[in-house]
Amino acid sequence: MIHFDNVTKRYAEGYEGLSNVSFHIKPGEMVFLTGHSGAGKSTLLKLIGLLERSTRGQVRVAGRNLTRLKKREIPYHRRDVGMIFQDHRLLHELTVFDNVAMPLVVAGIGHLETGRRVRAALDKVGLLHKERAYPITLSGGEQQRVGIARAVVSKPPVVLADEPTGNLDPALSREIMSLFEQFNQVGVTLLIATHDIELISRMNHRIMTLKQSRLVEDSAG
Amino acid sequence: MARNTHRKNRAASQLSTRNYNPAIWLIRHLQVAISSLGRLSRAPFSTLMTTAVIGIALALPAGLHLLVGNLQALSGSWDGAASISLFLEQKVERDQADLLIDQLEKQAGITEVRLISREQALNEFKLLSGFNDALEALEENPLPNVIVVVPDEAHSEPAEAERLVTEIEKLNGVDYAQLDLQWVRRFHGITEIAKRGVLVLGALLGLAVLLIVGNTIRLEIQNRHAEIEITKLIGATNAFIRRPFLYSGLWYGFFGGIIAWVMIVLSLWLLAGPVSQLAGLYNSDFDLSGLNLLTIAGLLCGSAFLGLLGSWIAVGRHLSEIEPT
Ligand SMILES: Nc1ncnc2c1ncn2[C@@H]1O[C@H](COP(=O)(O)OP(=O)(O)OP(=O)(O)O)[C@@H](O)[C@H]1O
Ligand SMILES: [Mg+2]
Repeated sequence: MIHFDNVTKRYAEGYEGLSNVSFHIKPGEMVFLTGHSGAGKSTLLKLIGLLERSTRGQVRVAGRNLTRLKKREIPYHRRDVGMIFQDHRLLHELTVFDNVAMPLVVAGIGHLETGRRVRAALDKVGLLHKERAYPITLSGGEQQRVGIARAVVSKPPVVLADEPTGNLDPALSREIMSLFEQFNQVGVTLLIATHDIELISRMNHRIMTLKQSRLVEDSAG
Repeated sequence: MARNTHRKNRAASQLSTRNYNPAIWLIRHLQVAISSLGRLSRAPFSTLMTTAVIGIALALPAGLHLLVGNLQALSGSWDGAASISLFLEQKVERDQADLLIDQLEKQAGITEVRLISREQALNEFKLLSGFNDALEALEENPLPNVIVVVPDEAHSEPAEAERLVTEIEKLNGVDYAQLDLQWVRRFHGITEIAKRGVLVLGALLGLAVLLIVGNTIRLEIQNRHAEIEITKLIGATNAFIRRPFLYSGLWYGFFGGIIAWVMIVLSLWLLAGPVSQLAGLYNSDFDLSGLNLLTIAGLLCGSAFLGLLGSWIAVGRHLSEIEPT
């Protein structure tokens, strides 16, 4: 599902975000990505979501060769990759419902179908009763769950999460992780960047470790 | 079970691609048109400011255009503006004059032929000059019969009118023909200049409307920077992101056009009284003509188009600069 072949990402300032990284994630896998701050976790995820382009090497996601993807095809690629951020990136002038509905609206899904899917996604993350609320009025954990609902509402084959539990207490973090496991059980391929080694070591999943922009460890779960 | 549902949903189309469904496309456009209208109505003051500026910028050339049109109509309603006076020879009597009139009426390029008989002329002269008694003393009427010839619009142009004059001057019984050419020429020249002026002004103010809308949309794009970024992040195409801004521009232009229309109607209403009073003094039944349906439609479509174009330019320049990070 996700292939990296000798991928290097050099930023304009000359910093290497990623150096010669190769790996393969199979469909339906759930993988954790860890490493110190500045190791290149976000860079790796950005290459998959095409927020950045690789400097060298080849990235293939869900059958698309991102190295050669045309600019106007990027939106269609992003619809197949649900992205979750530490800072949620919700739209504060929209309700929870409308935030979660955005990927479906963007993809031109009909009104009824949208309503049905948004409620299903909100129900899944336990926030159906908050559909009319505005993100500002929610706690950090709740906002994160809205972000997760938005990432999965269109049923993308790949979901990425960049430190989704960064600001959450251990109980909430476990809750979020178990949500991810539920998505994984219905066939979604997940790649989750996190610092929380203690939490992920108790879960039975593959862990990739980056160190100074290199992939130094890849342990099957 | 759950796994199956997911697989099935994906199986329909392995990857996201462009989907063309005309019905959905149309509905989406309608939705965006309405929602961008809603967005404008949620900031009524700034929307009113922008549309009022556009309205004033459009009302000025449109109003002047109307004014020049009215002036031209007025010049047509004035006797003698482009009419030719045929002074007949003294010996020509009434029945011969009538024959001449028949002849002239058949001639191309002439809309109206009218006789001012020497009796009529004398009476009028008596009335206006006040030399009543002196004229009574005359044994014979010294005035000739006069035929007034009004050329049609095509033959009212100075060159054409002059050609007509030399032509009908050759007719039997005509002493000489007189056309107040200088006056016609001047008036023609003035209205031509005014027309050009209105055109230039219209072009300049149209450009101003483009800039106003462009700048407004640019600010809106800046204000919604975060929203645009996030929308791109979840897979919105550029067309999708562009659409609400384009509709905003369209609405700005359209409402600006409506404000211009209202301003012109109000000005006409304010001018109508004094104008008909003035016309009354000149024994004329001239009335200011207002905007006809075609002009109104042209004004609204034109202003909406200017708004669309202005936002198109702004969107083209500023939207591609925003990329998610
Ligand atoms: N836009 C950028 N321009 C220049 N350098 C960058 C940019 N983004 C990241 N880098 C550099 O690339 C390297 C990897 O950064 P990255 O954000 O991928 O690390 P990370 O593992 O996500 O760290 P953290 O755990 O702190 O989020 C760092 O040295 C960083 O300074
Ligand atoms: Mg990071």
